[in-house]
Amino acid sequence: MSSVLTRGPVRTWTVALRLLLLTTLATVVYTLVVTLIGQVVLPGQAHGSTVSVGGKVVGSALIGQSFTDAKGNALPQWFQSRPSAAGDGYDGGASSGSNLGPNSADLLKAIDERKAAIRESDGPGAIPADAVTASGSGLDPHISEAYALLQVDRVARARNLSAATVRALVERTVQAPDLGYLGQPTVNVLQLNIALAGLRA
Amino acid sequence: MNGLLFALTVLTLVVALVALGWPLSTWMARTYTTDRDWLVERGVHRLLGIDARSEQRWPNYLRGILAISVLGVLLLYGLQRLQQFLPYSLGLPAVPEGIAFNTAISFVTNTNWQSYSPETTMGYTVQLAGLAVQNFLSAAIGIVVAVALIRGLASRTGAAGLGNVWVDLIRTVTRILLPMAFVAAIVLLATGVIQNFDGFRTVHTITGGTATIPGGPVASQEAIKELGTNGGGFFNANSAHPFENPTGFSNLFEIVLMLLIPFSLTRTFGIMVGDKRQGRAVLASMVVLYVLFTSALVAFEAAGAGSATAAAGAAMEGKEQRFGVLWSALFGSTSTITSTGAVNAMHDSFTPLGGMMAMLNMMLGEIAPGGVGTGLYGFLVIAILAVFLAGLMIGRTPTYLGKRIAAREITFASLYLLTTPTLILAGLGLTFAIPAVAADVAKTSIFNTGPHGFSEVLYAFTSAANNNGSAFGGLTANTAWLNPALGAVMWLGRYLPIVFVLALAGSFASQETRGTAEAGGLDTHRPQFVVLTVGTVLIVTALTYLPVLALGPLAEGLA
Repeated sequence: MSSVLTRGPVRTWTVALRLLLLTTLATVVYTLVVTLIGQVVLPGQAHGSTVSVGGKVVGSALIGQSFTDAKGNALPQWFQSRPSAAGDGYDGGASSGSNLGPNSADLLKAIDERKAAIRESDGPGAIPADAVTASGSGLDPHISEAYALLQVDRVARARNLSAATVRALVERTVQAPDLGYLGQPTVNVLQLNIALAGLRA
Repeated sequence: MNGLLFALTVLTLVVALVALGWPLSTWMARTYTTDRDWLVERGVHRLLGIDARSEQRWPNYLRGILAISVLGVLLLYGLQRLQQFLPYSLGLPAVPEGIAFNTAISFVTNTNWQSYSPETTMGYTVQLAGLAVQNFLSAAIGIVVAVALIRGLASRTGAAGLGNVWVDLIRTVTRILLPMAFVAAIVLLATGVIQNFDGFRTVHTITGGTATIPGGPVASQEAIKELGTNGGGFFNANSAHPFENPTGFSNLFEIVLMLLIPFSLTRTFGIMVGDKRQGRAVLASMVVLYVLFTSALVAFEAAGAGSATAAAGAAMEGKEQRFGVLWSALFGSTSTITSTGAVNAMHDSFTPLGGMMAMLNMMLGEIAPGGVGTGLYGFLVIAILAVFLAGLMIGRTPTYLGKRIAAREITFASLYLLTTPTLILAGLGLTFAIPAVAADVAKTSIFNTGPHGFSEVLYAFTSAANNNGSAFGGLTANTAWLNPALGAVMWLGRYLPIVFVLALAGSFASQETRGTAEAGGLDTHRPQFVVLTVGTVLIVTALTYLPVLALGPLAEGLA
């Protein structure tokens, strides 16, 4: 049998090229098999954990959305997501954080402006950090329970609902972390708003 | 409250690593010592036309690795440049030359630095038939180089062979990486990581607006990205993206994947050199460093220094609500102290000293536990240096596992240890010393102002030279200087150390030894070995990098 030792460099390149192409083939097959299993066994997850209302897909449970008008102004009747640096905000085609540093003057200014806006719309309560910071992906589907509760009075007023009803909805929507301890508790804003739309005064 | 939950998470991490790492380390030792080939492997040997039983000396072993790497760069470059003709390219054009060059080197060297935004640059075919292929191959190369060094240390007869590089690469893929990645991909799918060819879908939201839902074969790529300590994201936001890392469970699972092979290889090492205590001593040193540096990073992030951080009330800028500060910091530290470079939070927005810890994790040389294979061989080089220093102190010829550390060996070890700092400091120095480059970097590349802006460039060269791939992401690296400069640094930072390690392995393999007994020398399985190696790492790292850290993160953090 031929030996790599005896045939020298030329042989090495041939073997390397063949192994590279075989690995490419193996990777493609691997990807397709995982895809096939996803389609058959876990189609919901494989296609993005979409959420439907009345049979129409309105988003994904995992991808955050903005609840604003066409000009980007917050709509008071919806719970608001965190600030976002993905495109013009929650652009699913342009995930991104702000990358602003911990001492950035621009970030400091933005945080102060966000705080002022929240105080104006939601009153004087304590403002949690997630309400005034952009997430790493810009597509964070969650807010903290504290930020959701801070928005209850505004949302209830805008919808002519009792604050108690809306607060109860928020408390029902809070998700504990996996196993109870792998991460922080969260409130999924899209799911909360869908449930909110179904509430009657 | 959060502290308690976090402690439980860490406990779970330890249990998972022990439960999975124990059988894996045994399996890996079997993989690299058995004579028996699987049927599929025999088929591959025939297709390649190789004799699986032929042993290679270190120059031939190295030649195989260099050949498949050079071809890998050419193929991956070509694939990107022809993207417009490929299926499932989402209508994207050919990848521009600069990015294609940088990316080809980046993925072949296991760095996975990304000077581009994947959503708007790479179609599905380039990702799965180009980038993912190198995720497997580059991980395999790291592991087989470590295996070659182990074989050199374990050899007794003085026969200079290190094994057969093709057989080792094939087995690494067929027996370790592919099966594990497959299982991991299914687990990730179940947590919500997507796997489809849907492209970008536009949906109408409940407010009457529109939203975009991205698609892609993500789970298959995410699995090998973490398992092979590669780190290149399918999306720009990497593992912060909910479709790459949707839940607290997926987050912990990805941390386990990053650490599993690097930590397990220490026990594989112990088994293969015939003395498990040696593996345990290496593992203990790595764990000490991992715990020390990770605790510091977590503590700095939890403390939340910085004027903007203080105004927000916590270091949540660039972090996801489901991970919070603590689980983001754990991921970030794991990613930088292995050679993964995946991020679930934006490191540019970390607190000044938290960001510095991410850099220090890399500056340690990524040995605690480091990348797959690279971590173990990097640590063993440190061990050789530590044993040499101890030998000088007690006045005996230093030996490690019965192998003499003489002029030739210490030369290769020293060259290894000098490579990365030289690349980082030279790259950084040139960037600011060439007036035209410095002006362009200041104007185009640097995003944040002051010392933090300097840190962005320091981080980039540190990440590239150590083949990590994470970034202070505000930096615009897609420029005429940084694309080629970082490309060259990644290439040299990968293959110069591999040359020195294989030369060392060859040198050890040609030494005849009677046993591992080191009469009168340093016992390399005892606690003093742990103290000595950890001490060596800390002193070398501090002496090398303190001045440059003082200009960036220290200046910002202590101001």
